[in-house]
Amino acid sequence: MNYTFKWSVLWTGESGQWLLSGLITTLELSALVWLLAVALGIVSGVLRTVKFRPLRALATFYVEFFRNVPLLVWMFFWYCAVPPVLPELIRECMLGHGVEFWCAVLALGVYSGARFSEVLRSGIQSIPKTQLEAAVASGLTTFQSYRYVILPVALRIIIPPGTSESLNLLKNSSLALTISVAELTFQTRQIETYTAKAIEALAAGTLIYLALCIGIASLMSWVERRTAIPGLITSGARRRR
Amino acid sequence: MIDGLEVIWRNLPFLMIQGFLGFGKFVGGTVRLAIPAIILGFLLGIFIGLGRLAPQRWIRIPATLYVELFRGVPLVMVIFWIWIVVPIVLQRAIPEFWVALSAFVIFEAAYLGEIVRAGVQSVARGQVEAATAVGLTSTQTMRYVVLPQALKNMIPSLVTQFIVLFKDTSLASIIGFMDLTKAAQVVNNREVRPFALYLFIAVVYWICTYSMSRYARHVEQRLSPA
Repeated sequence: MNYTFKWSVLWTGESGQWLLSGLITTLELSALVWLLAVALGIVSGVLRTVKFRPLRALATFYVEFFRNVPLLVWMFFWYCAVPPVLPELIRECMLGHGVEFWCAVLALGVYSGARFSEVLRSGIQSIPKTQLEAAVASGLTTFQSYRYVILPVALRIIIPPGTSESLNLLKNSSLALTISVAELTFQTRQIETYTAKAIEALAAGTLIYLALCIGIASLMSWVERRTAIPGLITSGARRRR
Repeated sequence: MIDGLEVIWRNLPFLMIQGFLGFGKFVGGTVRLAIPAIILGFLLGIFIGLGRLAPQRWIRIPATLYVELFRGVPLVMVIFWIWIVVPIVLQRAIPEFWVALSAFVIFEAAYLGEIVRAGVQSVARGQVEAATAVGLTSTQTMRYVVLPQALKNMIPSLVTQFIVLFKDTSLASIIGFMDLTKAAQVVNNREVRPFALYLFIAVVYWICTYSMSRYARHVEQRLSPA
């Protein structure tokens, strides 16, 4: 192997700027996707546990279809399917991002939403049925029962699996490079192409992802300890490792 | 819509035989990549999982680092590492098939290792003590007592991970491996029917993964004491 390391390529020239803008795009993409995915996940996760059959079937179809097809296929699908039907009005207010960014948000959001939905469903199903019955018996509507009784508990139960799902989402956002969203992996490749210093560029990208994942995981285990319901949820920090 | 179907019908042999199965002019095939990746990934995963439980620190710490490293990095990154860096080190090109296969095996072994570890830990302690008491060595205990029972407990999460791996094989198309996704891209470049083509391969992937998950549920029900 005759390869001369030159780590300075990472901060000389435009590389540092590329890495930073890639990191920001990754974070922006992941944050938007997370909001969309959690919203979709809560709605469809709840619908999968309600009694009304057509709604349940609809939610099941959404989850089973979107979760079981590779994300990459969804990326290409939304990238090819969305732009032609996009109204001119929306084109003008895309907050400084290209259309591919919003396609990635949709693709990743709808895919991750289906995955979050499964997490939430198992959380809801782990709550004793009597809780819902008691809520209904005390005069709450179904919506109120979910809003005030079931979801506050379920959302806390699912913090550990929800965290690992959120980290999956962050890592999956790297697939946006296939539809040329300039996120972290894309920028890593760009540095590699321009400077021909592959190992340095990939190491930088890898370390940033690692730092993000470890950071978020420790933040969430703190959140989990803070929101634990005494007596109901055994200390998750112990369960995780 | 009709000509979309017609395009799929015309390119069906290419999509399914070349892209999905992997017999054809190009090196490719989703199935041809997925099956060895699942088998080898699982074998490596057993070693990683047992390594994380090893009493010796010099085995346990590297195994833990391995798992934490690969679970904190996107698969695409691992593929690029192998695709770009290994040829620099070895000073010769590596075929896409081997790049993709080794990336999947190395990456998924971290996840499968965690499943193996959880499965082994789910076996009651008394079983190990009883096996030791009747005179089995620790390797024999693992091989004949713990692993068979652990495997049973692991099946649901294992199949889920195999499904993830099966879907992940689509990432091999990024480095030009002619799998189902790449085949659809190639056809799309010629025919420009993205909507129909991508929906079609979505359905093909879905049929495979959904039947895998149905089978897992079936096995799970049969194994769980009624």
